[in-house]
Amino acid sequence: MIRVDHLTKYYGERLAVDNISFNVEKGEIVGLLGPNAAGKTTTMRMLTGFLMPTKGNAYIDECNMMTNSLEGRRLIGYMPESTPLYMDMTVRDYLSFFAKLRGLNEKYTKSRIDEVVELCNLEEYIDVILGKLSRGFKQRVNVAQSIIHNPKVLILDEPTVGIDPIQVAQTRNLIKALGKEHTVLISTHILPEVSVICSRVIIIHRGKIVAEDKIENLSAVLKGGRRIKVEVKGPVDKVTDRLRGLPGVKRVMREGDFYILETAADIDPRARITETIVRNGWALLSIDTIEMSLEEIFLQLTTNEDSNNE
Amino acid sequence: MNNIVLIAGKEFRSYLKSPMAYIIAFIFLLFTGVFFVSYLSTNSYNDTSIRGLVDPLSLFGLGGLGNIFLLLFASIITMRLISEEKKLGTWELLLTSPVKDSDVILGKFIGSFGLLASILLLTVYYPILLFILGDPDIGPIVSGYIGLFLFGSAALAIGIFASSVTANQIVAAVVSFGIMGGLWVLGVIPQQIANMPTGLKTVLSYVSLSGHSIGFVVGILDTRDIIYLVSVTVLFLFMATRSLESGRWN
Repeated sequence: MIRVDHLTKYYGERLAVDNISFNVEKGEIVGLLGPNAAGKTTTMRMLTGFLMPTKGNAYIDECNMMTNSLEGRRLIGYMPESTPLYMDMTVRDYLSFFAKLRGLNEKYTKSRIDEVVELCNLEEYIDVILGKLSRGFKQRVNVAQSIIHNPKVLILDEPTVGIDPIQVAQTRNLIKALGKEHTVLISTHILPEVSVICSRVIIIHRGKIVAEDKIENLSAVLKGGRRIKVEVKGPVDKVTDRLRGLPGVKRVMREGDFYILETAADIDPRARITETIVRNGWALLSIDTIEMSLEEIFLQLTTNEDSNNE
Repeated sequence: MNNIVLIAGKEFRSYLKSPMAYIIAFIFLLFTGVFFVSYLSTNSYNDTSIRGLVDPLSLFGLGGLGNIFLLLFASIITMRLISEEKKLGTWELLLTSPVKDSDVILGKFIGSFGLLASILLLTVYYPILLFILGDPDIGPIVSGYIGLFLFGSAALAIGIFASSVTANQIVAAVVSFGIMGGLWVLGVIPQQIANMPTGLKTVLSYVSLSGHSIGFVVGILDTRDIIYLVSVTVLFLFMATRSLESGRWN
């Protein structure tokens, strides 16, 4: 349904997207995962016809977005990251404007607005001026706008950025529900989000695809190779030594009064850690797990590639 | 066609929601009213025409001050049309909807023309007063208004083009007023330089905005003036469309 074929985009001299190719089949929810400035938004903008690629092609349901963009644009619903809204319009006027712009007639527009407003929990706000809505509700209107014309393909750029945790959960559920009838491509830099929503993930870094797989096949690193932060009162050398010797612990670092333990994803050594510390008669002051940040994971994923290139 | 109407309607309604439209209408009516009356009184009410509105030459010696106001207001009306959308990001939604670039530009042009036309129509009470109180010549009045509408379209098209090249509204306004001012001044240059070749003088006055205003004032509908103003409108709307297209390649 979505086909990206050797897509490349330069902004002047700067290479933003570097020869990427991928497919999204009908009914899939695919996550485009990457840190900021990885090229996610640029890729999406080329898929929606907002930008033309420097090289390569992007297809929506066999419509080439370079040569037949108008036809292709009928098939997509796009939610840009910046939550763009006409601040002087009401929710109803705004949705109606885009519904009609995307080819819905008067009658169908009315019934679609009712459906979408219910789906996005916007009933109470339908006649409120957009400029007066809070960030979370603006985001919902942004989602509503993207599905108002019931498009085959949904392209959502960072749909959960800048909203509170409850709304994040609601938005994710909504996207999952939408995935039943639509083909969805979502971009995010939040790792857990991908595993919650998507059936497949494409990891992109500095404009290149560095990994692409089904969620269940993702390497242990991506599943969240964790770090454990322990605060121990005891002789530094001995503590470090013992902790390092535990099964599942790959590395021990010190950070002030804390020991940071890098662990394998498949073993949870926390019980062994506390046991060891207590048995040695040291004082365990705190123990905590830290999720690995996306940047660190990318570092791991991309180190090999980089060393190959250089 | 539907999309043009849709976008034009949206823009027009958006104008009516902002105070800017009312402020501009107020100032425009205030100044043109003063010009209108001043012209009548300096001519001891013997020349019952709207020359004060369309060409207060006799007052300030500047030539078409009403037109200068029209240019200024056209820059202000159009500056937000595309710049604001670029800044807000709604541009991305508009351009990823199945709408032709030319439809976007035409919609915005017609929407802003609607506002300008409404403001110009508010001045119709000047000639109505003339008809009630005197016996004006209807020809120059009609041609004067045709001139204002054509001038207005050209100015709006220039403004829309300027708005399409930047995300900053102030820059858009300055650029558009700069282009309009430049085109205006071209016609004034030949008057200042005595020994300029006649050929160059003709060319300058033909490409200038100011060179095409006087006919409408005195009641002459010269096809050259009409073609010139329509060409400027079409040219700048076309350039604005190209500017959208080139935006996709950047």
